[in-house]
Amino acid sequence: MSPLLIAWRSIQQRGLASILTTTSMMLGVVLVVMVLSIHGVVSESFRSNASLGYNMIVGAKGGKLQLTLNTVYYLSTPVENVPYDFYLEFKKQDQRRQEMRSSFAGQAAEDEAAVAQMQTLAALGAGPASLLTSGLTAAAVEQTNDRQMGVDRDGTLAAYPQMLIPLCLGDYYGRFRVVGTVPEMFEQLQFGPDRDRSFEFADGRNFQHYNDKHQYFEAVLGATVAREMNVGVGDQFSPAHGAQDGHTHERKFTIVGVLAPTGTPNDRAAFINMEGFYLMEDHAKPIKSEDRTPIEPVDPATLPEGGMGKTEEELAYESPDPLPVEQREITALLVNTNPRVAPGLENTVNEGPHAQAVFPVREIYNLFSFIVEPIQMVLLGLTAMICIVSGISILVSIYNSMSDRRHEIAIMRALGAGRGTVMSIILLESVLLSMIGGAGGWLLAHLLNQAAAGYIVEKTGVSISFLSIAPAELLIVPGLLLLAVAVGFLPAMSAYRTDVARSIGK
Amino acid sequence: MLHLEGVRKSYREPDGGVLPILDVPKFHLSAGEQMVLLGPSGCGKTTLLHVIAGISRADAGRILLDGVDVARFSEGLRDRIRAEKIGYVFQTFNLMSGFSALENVLLGMTFARGKRDPQRALELLDRVGLAHRMTHKPDALSVGEQQRVAVARSLANRPRLLLADEPTANVDPANQQHIVDLIRETCREEKIALLMVTHSQEVAGQFDRVEQLHRINLVLNRTKTA
Repeated sequence: MSPLLIAWRSIQQRGLASILTTTSMMLGVVLVVMVLSIHGVVSESFRSNASLGYNMIVGAKGGKLQLTLNTVYYLSTPVENVPYDFYLEFKKQDQRRQEMRSSFAGQAAEDEAAVAQMQTLAALGAGPASLLTSGLTAAAVEQTNDRQMGVDRDGTLAAYPQMLIPLCLGDYYGRFRVVGTVPEMFEQLQFGPDRDRSFEFADGRNFQHYNDKHQYFEAVLGATVAREMNVGVGDQFSPAHGAQDGHTHERKFTIVGVLAPTGTPNDRAAFINMEGFYLMEDHAKPIKSEDRTPIEPVDPATLPEGGMGKTEEELAYESPDPLPVEQREITALLVNTNPRVAPGLENTVNEGPHAQAVFPVREIYNLFSFIVEPIQMVLLGLTAMICIVSGISILVSIYNSMSDRRHEIAIMRALGAGRGTVMSIILLESVLLSMIGGAGGWLLAHLLNQAAAGYIVEKTGVSISFLSIAPAELLIVPGLLLLAVAVGFLPAMSAYRTDVARSIGK
Repeated sequence: MLHLEGVRKSYREPDGGVLPILDVPKFHLSAGEQMVLLGPSGCGKTTLLHVIAGISRADAGRILLDGVDVARFSEGLRDRIRAEKIGYVFQTFNLMSGFSALENVLLGMTFARGKRDPQRALELLDRVGLAHRMTHKPDALSVGEQQRVAVARSLANRPRLLLADEPTANVDPANQQHIVDLIRETCREEKIALLMVTHSQEVAGQFDRVEQLHRINLVLNRTKTA
């Protein structure tokens, strides 16, 4: 017979009270472990999502956090947009020229240049030198065009970005955000804690800027979207405008790819070609110029039935011209730039009238440090209080039993047990109750973690298992030991002070 | 083996007064000797045993056990002496209700150093005729069986002295003689000194040495005189 066995027998004797106090402690520990697990998952999720693959977001002036939540997590209400030509300031001259060809200014300049060239050729006559002259004239005309379009130079911010991904937000597919972007998003963006993960397609391929089959209207879905909406490659969907319950656009996008799960918010987004995004009704920014008629995007519903010998399907996919630059806006730009020049870019953007630049990692950590962590600490504190209350219930249980047990303590003392021995037996009893409750709680919490592992990995990308142990969990054992000794001390002292002669009887 | 000199014990009353219980000028019990102390209820028999066992501390006097004055010992040392050298059989058995018969006997060995001997516990249960009931808890045993377990427990550590406090008072007449025989035979076999207190003349009549407590305890004489 060891003191441990004697303590265990005492626990067995008070079966119901022991079970209740142990259960109480178990539930307390379950809560503590679950809060620690949630803390770990949230931290890991933040840490992993903070490695975004870009270090700056440029968007409309306003709340930095809102811009970050919108752009990184596709959360919060949509933010305002910035003009497209501001986006072009990040581009080199040849890219700017290419983009501006679809602008009103570009069209006008080309028209004027054509007229000027015709007039020049007419004035020179159709001599042998006319071809050479024509070439020289064409070069001069292009320079004039570039000046008129404002693309006779690199963008003022073109030197900064190593990677530049535009995003257009505002539409929804079911409960998920629709993100208008460019194919480079899935080609250039690397994510994960070490920024070494590339997007992979579980099915299909990346969307293309344009192809004959689907023109500008291809889409790629995040893994969660595809699963929850029960769609796959070859299916079509129409985004809802502005809100989940907004009116549904007529334009249909064909799903050409489904991303493999990434564990990032991108699993919960539907990506469409930005050109297609612009061509949906109500997405063209109204322009003030009275002498130009904006090009309205083609609404398939307005096309004449069976017109021009084309089938209805062909008509539905009639390729419209891209939306002019003047009618375009973007919601955010994901910019990856050299960290040394990033503060300079931030200042330049923030001092301008159009946009603001934020460092998303800083915003995420601010959010985590100032809001999420304190909330989690409060939760942890509350659950620790539950454990303490459970501990007190152990105290009450043992202490209440002391009057019944004084006789048994006296028997042990009469058999030669010292005061310290009976005191240690009571403390052991408290420790056993705490440890059994603690072990049961830990086991139950980790079984729950295991059961929820699939859900957690799906929602956050953080993979946890039965043996995923938060470092703070290692404090549970010494914490419970301290608690057990603390709550066991009072009844143990009562045992210590037991008057053997009076309690033993005859 | 056991020698008491000038042992006095008194209790403080709630009104602050002092109630003398024991005043034993001299008392001796030889090794292996068996004796009975006779006396009516409330004459200090149990207090005397408690003082000898070290459960209560004497106010004065010497209690020599094998020549060592245990009355001077600290409480911790008295606990150890009690665990290792003294067996105690109570009138009310004082078995641990949550423990089986065997565990109760083993419990007697738990607090003595180097005395944990499960085989000895089994042998003792066999000797008291309860080997077949060793897994039973006290409430599953008859009163007589409970006292037999208590006797086995008191002998577990091969004590030098066995104190028996009216061991048959709560036992049915059919079992009384069996309990007395069991205690006496075992003490004789293991050369254990036995000091039994009882108010039963029938039990006392079986012992060679019988002392009236009032002859030993002067407090009782003073009370009588008064």
